[in-house]
Amino acid sequence: MDLNTIWFLLVGVLIAGYAVLDGFDLGTGVLHLVTSDERERRVMMNAIGPVWDGNEVWLLTGGGALFAAFPPVYATVFSGFYLAFTLLLVALILRAVSFEFRSKVDSHRWRRVWDVAFGVGSLVPALLFGVAVGNVLRGLETDAAGIRTTLPGLLNPYALLIGVLGLVMFVLHGATYLGLKTEGPLQARMRGWASAAWVAFIALYAVSTVASWAVAPYLFEHFAANPLTWVFFALLLAACVTGPAAVHASRFGRAFLASAAATVSVIALAAEGLFPRLVPARPDLAASLTIYNAASTPRTLETMLVIALVGMPLVVLYTVLIYRAFRGKTVLTPESY
Amino acid sequence: MDVVLLSRIQFALTVGFHFLFPPITIGLAWLLVLIEWRGWRTGDDTWVRMGRFFARLLALTFAVGVATGIVMEFQFGTNWAAYSKFVGDIFGAPLAAEGVLAFFLESGFLGLYLFGRGRVSKGAHWFSILMVAVGSTISAFWILVANSWQQTPAGYVVEHGRAELASFGAAVFNPSTLPRFFHTVDAALIAGAFVVAGVAAYLLRRNRDDDLARRALRLALVFGLVASVAEVFPFGHVHARQVAHTQPEKFAAIEGLYTGQSAAPMVLFAYPVTPPPELKAKIEVRGVLSWLAFGDMNAPIRGITDFAPQDRPPLWLTFVSFHNMVVLGLYFIAATAWGVWRLRGGRLWDDRRYLRLLIVSIPLPLAACQLGWMAAEVGRQPWIVYHLLRTSDAASASVPAGDVWFSLVLGGVVYLLLGSLYVYLLVREIRHGPPGPELHQA
Repeated sequence: MDLNTIWFLLVGVLIAGYAVLDGFDLGTGVLHLVTSDERERRVMMNAIGPVWDGNEVWLLTGGGALFAAFPPVYATVFSGFYLAFTLLLVALILRAVSFEFRSKVDSHRWRRVWDVAFGVGSLVPALLFGVAVGNVLRGLETDAAGIRTTLPGLLNPYALLIGVLGLVMFVLHGATYLGLKTEGPLQARMRGWASAAWVAFIALYAVSTVASWAVAPYLFEHFAANPLTWVFFALLLAACVTGPAAVHASRFGRAFLASAAATVSVIALAAEGLFPRLVPARPDLAASLTIYNAASTPRTLETMLVIALVGMPLVVLYTVLIYRAFRGKTVLTPESY
Repeated sequence: MDVVLLSRIQFALTVGFHFLFPPITIGLAWLLVLIEWRGWRTGDDTWVRMGRFFARLLALTFAVGVATGIVMEFQFGTNWAAYSKFVGDIFGAPLAAEGVLAFFLESGFLGLYLFGRGRVSKGAHWFSILMVAVGSTISAFWILVANSWQQTPAGYVVEHGRAELASFGAAVFNPSTLPRFFHTVDAALIAGAFVVAGVAAYLLRRNRDDDLARRALRLALVFGLVASVAEVFPFGHVHARQVAHTQPEKFAAIEGLYTGQSAAPMVLFAYPVTPPPELKAKIEVRGVLSWLAFGDMNAPIRGITDFAPQDRPPLWLTFVSFHNMVVLGLYFIAATAWGVWRLRGGRLWDDRRYLRLLIVSIPLPLAACQLGWMAAEVGRQPWIVYHLLRTSDAASASVPAGDVWFSLVLGGVVYLLLGSLYVYLLVREIRHGPPGPELHQA
């Protein structure tokens, strides 16, 4: 395996890590809009309170890694999605401050304002990440200056479909996480949401696969030949079978693992379809940015690999330890938001 | 306005606003390491309550810092695509390293620190604030590596139309990295010290929690004095010498040396006017600049007119920001030294005028940080990478000016809102005061 492929994998791992970890934060943020009970909203916020910030770092590190390993991709995609990205960042800013701000003033109206900020700040990214992925999979119109997109152009039917798929995936993942962290009637309702989200997820994934076949046939070029395809397809299938059953049986540990596995599989399958391209070009596929024509030098990739190999095991180690410290049901304390 | 100018304004806004928060975070985190250590080792409730109180201010500051920091990671790609393609092989690495080696550490352990009290052992809880402090300092290191490489690029070759990495060590430890790292992190320690000192002074003036406030004030003043002295010497001096050696245009601009000369004077006060570049109402001391920069009263230093007009940084802003930063730096030494002097015999606690001075001084270290950053970044112009790439050639070609206008206005509104809410909530939290002993039992 060459360095370029390793970095394709590493960026993929960071994106998948982000989707699994901040994915349930985003889902929790969306789901917190479905209850209007103050205590329930606080429980939901505090279920992710101690960990969401660390989870979001996967996104920042993914951005940094993309910049370091594939600078033209970083430059082309973010400048090309300029307005969509501006909206995404504003949403993430609102979400980030809503935890602290909401809890600081004990007034009904104040809290409603930050509830909306938290909910919308989670909903918009949960939708836009999928829209962005959909546009990349579909291919972007490229010229010498880079890619040019308009906001209405980005909201094409295919990209919106992938956006909704992503949203449902995050809601599902948030619901299984909240099943783990809550009790009583709230947990029962989260169980209902998880069941419904599983059905919607499976249906949307099937539709998306067919749509991808029609819109971007090159995604399926090497599909059958790659053994990893079958590994992740099997994992996705297993998740889709055991996940709903685990939700039904209120075994939320299993259900959470299943929604995490589904999230990882969906991203891995999309990445496999894309490989070795990073940004397919329309209409001339040969003009695509790939892991070879858009990579940093071997020296940089090598140096960064050393940093990743030293740093990431440590990150995983203390992330596990921190999650262990907060295991169990969410309890409201004076320290809570 | 063209895209480059709009993008520059946007960058100045987003970085300038973001940079208000990390200095407080870093400084407060290190002070909390000391406070929580005392609380853990002595079991004294006053230190524990002090830790809980300042932890709340840290949490609020950290939240806004994180929120505004998200933009930083992506705006090189959104607004400076040409720059990103040119420097990505070198500049992306420190940003990624910052994520892997620092952001995970500070964010992960901040959650444990804020919510883990009682869930983990006291030692582990202290360790978590230590990791927040270490993580935020490592973060400062990598971001200064990236920015210093723009100031004094090293360890690269220009090939295939971009800067390619030749030596990672040389790029990371380029000539300005360490001088700027120590100078900036120490500035953050001063910012933290003035927050703690100002808040303690407020409590003392209100006669609230006197014992806690006195201990906090004593700690912050001693800490602040050491940091303030070190900020000027050695850190400020070493950094200025480095600029004189590696970026003579910037040095001439910030020091107001418009004509090259030997025995160059140190300008204490002046008002710069252009063109031609000239200082009005000048007070200067002959030979001091040559002596400070090159260790020789008669050393020749190049003036701004020795450089081609298209290579000169803006003169007014660099001179004014740099000199005001120096004035503030000297003020921090004076203010903390006076306080430490008055600590003897406890004459400080009733000095209401001095206490009020400390309260109004809370934002001054942040002002100094902003001024220093302006001098550094405006002094680098017209280059985005010194002598390699001009700022005018660095913006995104595919982004229309209208889009930048939109994000600039939207960002401005959001930041105005965040800034006002932050100040409002911070003041509210301070007014609320430290938690009582009974809450501590809960």
